[in-house]
Formats: sequence, C-alpha cells, structure tokens
Amino acid sequence: MRRADSSPVGIRVLQYVALAAFIVFLAFPLLWLLSTALKTPRELALTDPTWIPDNPTLANFSDAFGEQDLVGAAARSLVVALFSSVITVLVSLPAAYAMARYRSLVNRVAIGWVLVSQVFPFILIIIPLFMILRDIGLINTLPGLVAVHVTFTLPFALWMLQGYVRAVPRELEEAAAVDGATRLRSIASVVAPLLMPGVVATLLFAFISSWNEFMFALVILQDPGVMTLPLTLVRFTGPEGVARLGPLAAASLMATIPSLIFFAIIQRRLKSGLMAGAVKG
Amino acid sequence: MRIKSALAAAAIVALAAACGSGGGGGDSSSSSGNEPVKLDFLSLAWQKESVAANKQIVDEWNKANPNIQVTYVQGSWDNVNDQLVTQFAGGTAPDVIHNDSPALAGFASDGYLLDLKDKLPAELKSDIPQAAWDTVTFDDGKGAQGVYGVPFLQESQVIIANKKLLDASGVRVPTPDQPWTWDEFSAAAKKMTKGGTYGVAWAMKSPVNKTLNLALNFGGTFFQTSGGKTTVKVGPEEREVLQRIHDQLYKDKSADPGALGQGTADPLPAFYDGKFAMLPAGVYLRQQVAEQAPEGFEWVTLPGPTGTSAQQGAVSQTLSISQDSEHVDEAMKFIAFFLNGANQAKLAKGDWLLPTSQKAADDPAMTTKENGWDVATASAKNLVVAPFLKVKGFDEWKTKVATPVLQQYFGNKITIDDAAAKLVEDGNEVLERYQR
Repeated sequence: MRRADSSPVGIRVLQYVALAAFIVFLAFPLLWLLSTALKTPRELALTDPTWIPDNPTLANFSDAFGEQDLVGAAARSLVVALFSSVITVLVSLPAAYAMARYRSLVNRVAIGWVLVSQVFPFILIIIPLFMILRDIGLINTLPGLVAVHVTFTLPFALWMLQGYVRAVPRELEEAAAVDGATRLRSIASVVAPLLMPGVVATLLFAFISSWNEFMFALVILQDPGVMTLPLTLVRFTGPEGVARLGPLAAASLMATIPSLIFFAIIQRRLKSGLMAGAVKG
Repeated sequence: MRIKSALAAAAIVALAAACGSGGGGGDSSSSSGNEPVKLDFLSLAWQKESVAANKQIVDEWNKANPNIQVTYVQGSWDNVNDQLVTQFAGGTAPDVIHNDSPALAGFASDGYLLDLKDKLPAELKSDIPQAAWDTVTFDDGKGAQGVYGVPFLQESQVIIANKKLLDASGVRVPTPDQPWTWDEFSAAAKKMTKGGTYGVAWAMKSPVNKTLNLALNFGGTFFQTSGGKTTVKVGPEEREVLQRIHDQLYKDKSADPGALGQGTADPLPAFYDGKFAMLPAGVYLRQQVAEQAPEGFEWVTLPGPTGTSAQQGAVSQTLSISQDSEHVDEAMKFIAFFLNGANQAKLAKGDWLLPTSQKAADDPAMTTKENGWDVATASAKNLVVAPFLKVKGFDEWKTKVATPVLQQYFGNKITIDDAAAKLVEDGNEVLERYQR
C-alpha cells in the first residue's frame, strides 16, 4: 500500500492548497459574519466592502445583547436541541436495528412510509398539530417543541441509522452468537461500538435540525420567556427583507458558538467510532 | 463521560425550569378576583428606537395600571401572518395585535378580529382622519362594514436626493407647496445624469405597491367594481406612471436599469458614492440614510412628484383586538393610551413613518427640517386609501400576476400593451375565483 507521505512534493503541495481552499470556503461565512458584526452602519453601506473593518466596533454586540435576551434564548435552544437529538437517537436506534435486520414485507412498507413522510409538506399540518398540542397543554412549552422536533426528525434519523446498521456485517453477530453471546449482548458489545459514528452523525443531524428550526417554534412558542434563538434572531429583520445587519450578524455569530462547542465535543466520538470494532481498515 | 453527564444534568435542570415557566398560554385569560387582567401585545417594531419607544410606552402603562398588565411580545413582519393564522385557528392569538391594513381584510372576513366600530373612544376617533380610518374598514364577511384596527403609522413616497448633485444641476428645488410635476421630475433626472451618475434609481424588486400607490397621481386605480364584481383595469390613467418610469429607464436613460432588481435599501451604497442622484422611496428609508451616510454627505428629502393630483395610495400599520380576547375593554383602553398623540409621535419618530394622529403631526419632532421630517409629514395630506386594499384576491394577483409582469415590463422584455393585457386577463382570472 502506498503511504500518503511518499507522494511527490508537487502533489502534496496541491493537496495542501486544495485543503486550504476548502477550509477558506467553509470558514468564509463565519469570517464574513465576524467582519460584519464589527462594522459600523456606515461601513456596512460601502460599495466596496472591506474584510477588516476600518473602525471596528462592539456596538453591534451591545445592541444585540441589550435589546434581546440572546443568552436566555440560546440556553432554551440548547435544551430543546439536546433533548430532541438524544430522544430521537434513543427512539430511532432500536427501530433502525429492527428495520435493518428483520426483513419482511412490513419492514419494506415501513421504510417506504418513512420516505414518503419526508416529502409531505409540513406546513399543511401546522394548524391541526397546533390544536392537538393545545388540547394536551403543550402549547407555549419547551417539551411541546421537543415533541414536535423529535416527531419530524425521527423518519430521517431512522433512515440514516438503518443504513449504518446494514453496514455492520451480520457475520459479526453470528460469530458472537457462536461464542455464546445473547442477541442483546452481541448488540451491546459488537454492534453498538461499530454504530457509534452513525449514532453521532444522527445526533448531529437531529441537533442541528432542532437548533435551526423556526416555523414550529414560531407557532408553538408565544411567551417571550420561552422563545428560542431563531425566533429572537428574526427580530432584527423588518419588512421586505430589510435587516439591521450589524446587530443581526453579532447575534448570529453568538448563535453559532453553542453548536460549535457541541460539535467540538462530539466530533472526537465520530472519529473514535470510525476506528473501533472489527471492521477498521 | 463527565462532560456528557454534566450536559445531561444541565439540560434536565434547564428543561424543568423551562417547563415551570412555559405555561403562559392561558395566563392572559385567567384573571379573577383581585388578580390583574393580563394582556398580550404582539408588536412588530424592529428598529432600535422603535422597539425602545414601544417598550417605554408599555412600561408607562403597566406602572399606571396595576390592574391591567400588558406583556410585550415582539414578532416579525416577515412571518407574522403565518403565526397569526395558526394562533387564530387555535384560539390562542394575542389580545392586541400589531399588523398592517392589507392583512386585516382576510382576518376580518374570517371573523378573527373584533369590530371596533362601537368601542373606539371619541378622542381617539376624532384625532385620526377619516382617510386613515378608511384603510381599516372592511367587509365582515357577512356584508356589513366594520372597523378592524386603529391605524397609526403610514408611509408616503418621497424622493431622497444627493444635495450636492441637486444643487449642481440648477433645477428648481421642489417644496411641499410646490412639488415637481412628473415632467419636472423627469427633466431634473435627465439633468443630473452625467459622468457615470444616473439621475434616479428605481429599486423595483417589489414593484407592485410602489407603482400602484404612485399611479394615483394620475387617477390610476387598477381596479374597478361594477355590479358587485371587481375587475382589473389598465387604462390611460394606470399606464401613465408605468410609462414614465419606463421612459426614464430606456428613453431618457436617466434611470439605471441595474437598480431594477434591487430592494428598497439596496441602492443606498451607490447613492452615497454619487452614482445615483435621487432615490424615490418610502419615508422610512430616511432612517438608514441618516444612520449610514458617510461624513460630509449631504442629502435632502423632496416631496413626491405630482400628476393630475398629488394623491398617493396609503396603507397603515394598525393595532387590532383578537375576537377571542377575553378582555376587550381593557385592550381598547390600552390601545387608546398607546396611540394617543404624544405616544404616536414617539412611535413615528422611532420608525421614521408618519403618524395618523393629528396631535402627533403637530409635535415639533414631526415638523423639524432635520432629516426631512417637515417634508415627510407634509406629504401625509396627500395620502388616500390605496384602492387595492379592499380587493379580494389582491395578494394573489400581486404575487402571481402583477409582480412578474411589472418586472418584465420595467426590464424592457414586454411592451406596455402586453403588460396591460396580462395584468387584466390573468388578473381577472385570479379575482374571479375570489368572487364566486
């Protein structure tokens, strides 16, 4: 096997250039957000925008934090996203295992139904959903929003996870059974470690979906004391797309921090999962 | 592992706390005995000064009225109607609702808004001119007319001009008493077009309201009702403003076609750079110019041009009461306080719009020359109810027919005859469905 280190210097340089370009591409929105957040209104209106503000100011941050309860809203968003993602994974994991391992007509219908549910326009069910939540006392509550987020993330999470389960060779479980392991034991000791990257990826998907979700939060949460971050950010925009760019950028930048921290914590698991188990390369 | 445990513990504590504080949905309707009445007030203020003014007025009310406590809830113009549709259907709408008059017609005919006709305090009613009340008077869905909001802020079209380029052109500077005619406006734009500078920039990303409001300059209404049936009409009166804008773009070449696809505020950077001399825009755009214009950049507010009259179509920002509110009288009292003359002046100043209150219009802050307030406030006398405001199906006509047709026409892709034919034929098909 050729080692990467043995590549010709020219190829290595090209690889690094491509890598740097990709990182710049990924980082561009964040850097632009930072640059915008530090600009004065006058600088924001220049025809030739600058990368580095001429007169950097923190006024946008003080306006954003002074006018809106960003910290409280971020805390509530974090709670909702954590609960939504964890519950989604806990519910979808056993279902995904069953869908992947027990092949029957019911399973095929279930998978088809999961896919069909993804093309359903959610806006059509907002009013009935709202009434159901109202009748069971979950309007204007974070558990109500968590329930909705879990419900709507579940089909795709299920689809994702059953793909990961399928990728784990059935022979490993059979080998464990030959060694005397029960099904539960083989799932816990053999399948689960190999599924970790899939679980983490699903967790991230569910977390981001919930963290960014706006429409359901808009109609379910009415009390200022329970509103999540997307509802707070939109307060910096006016009619016809006009926005207070400086404070909006400052608030949006702060809004990315919790999810960045969450990613930083969890991405190690994503890597370690890839290296674990019997199928590492 | 410890991090996971800590996160889980923090989340459980936070969710539990949130659950404890989150059940506010029914609070506003749960007053009894000595408990104060609680009202939810959905506000759409978004400018810094406007939000501050809203909060200040609510605080003043709450201090003065311990038995009627108002909770300030901030919403957003972009999605307020989606939010309200759901909340109205679910019976959990706020007691007092900030919106604009075009949105009220549908909610009123669906029975979601309270008819305020017999509830308005005399002082509030007389302080606001009938032309403004006309913008909130709609069919109740059963054939009767009702008043479904209190109008409080309006927008007129003015011209924001680069003073240096205006002075250099040597044209007569228009005043509220002697505004430009459209011919003078076009001539001025031509004079200011030189050396890479266009005389005017028409930002027409959303062209319908702007052109329909200005069309009233020549009596263009775009809709006619006969025998109870409303149809689209594009005759000579309606074509006048359309043709004049088109001429500036392609005949006089005094307007930059590159600005056509822009939103209202988008041409501002080029305006500060001297690439455009004049921007026809709503009065609220002055706020951004005052805040963003570079040091030394001088600008003036000019009245909008006149045709056979100076009339412009107006819509209003409004405060309404939900039909489901259990505290209608208290909500009305709050609205009457919130929209008294002094408070309307604060709100208008915060949003850089025009107050409907005649007392507010006399406030020195509304008539100062600074930032063109004198010109803006004077333009209010030309506002009449926008003819499209009461046309059922207008929103669909606007989105599906008028916006693309006007964009094509201003983009010089179709002739005015083609545009007129499409506006009428496609438009009538849309309106037909709303009148069955």
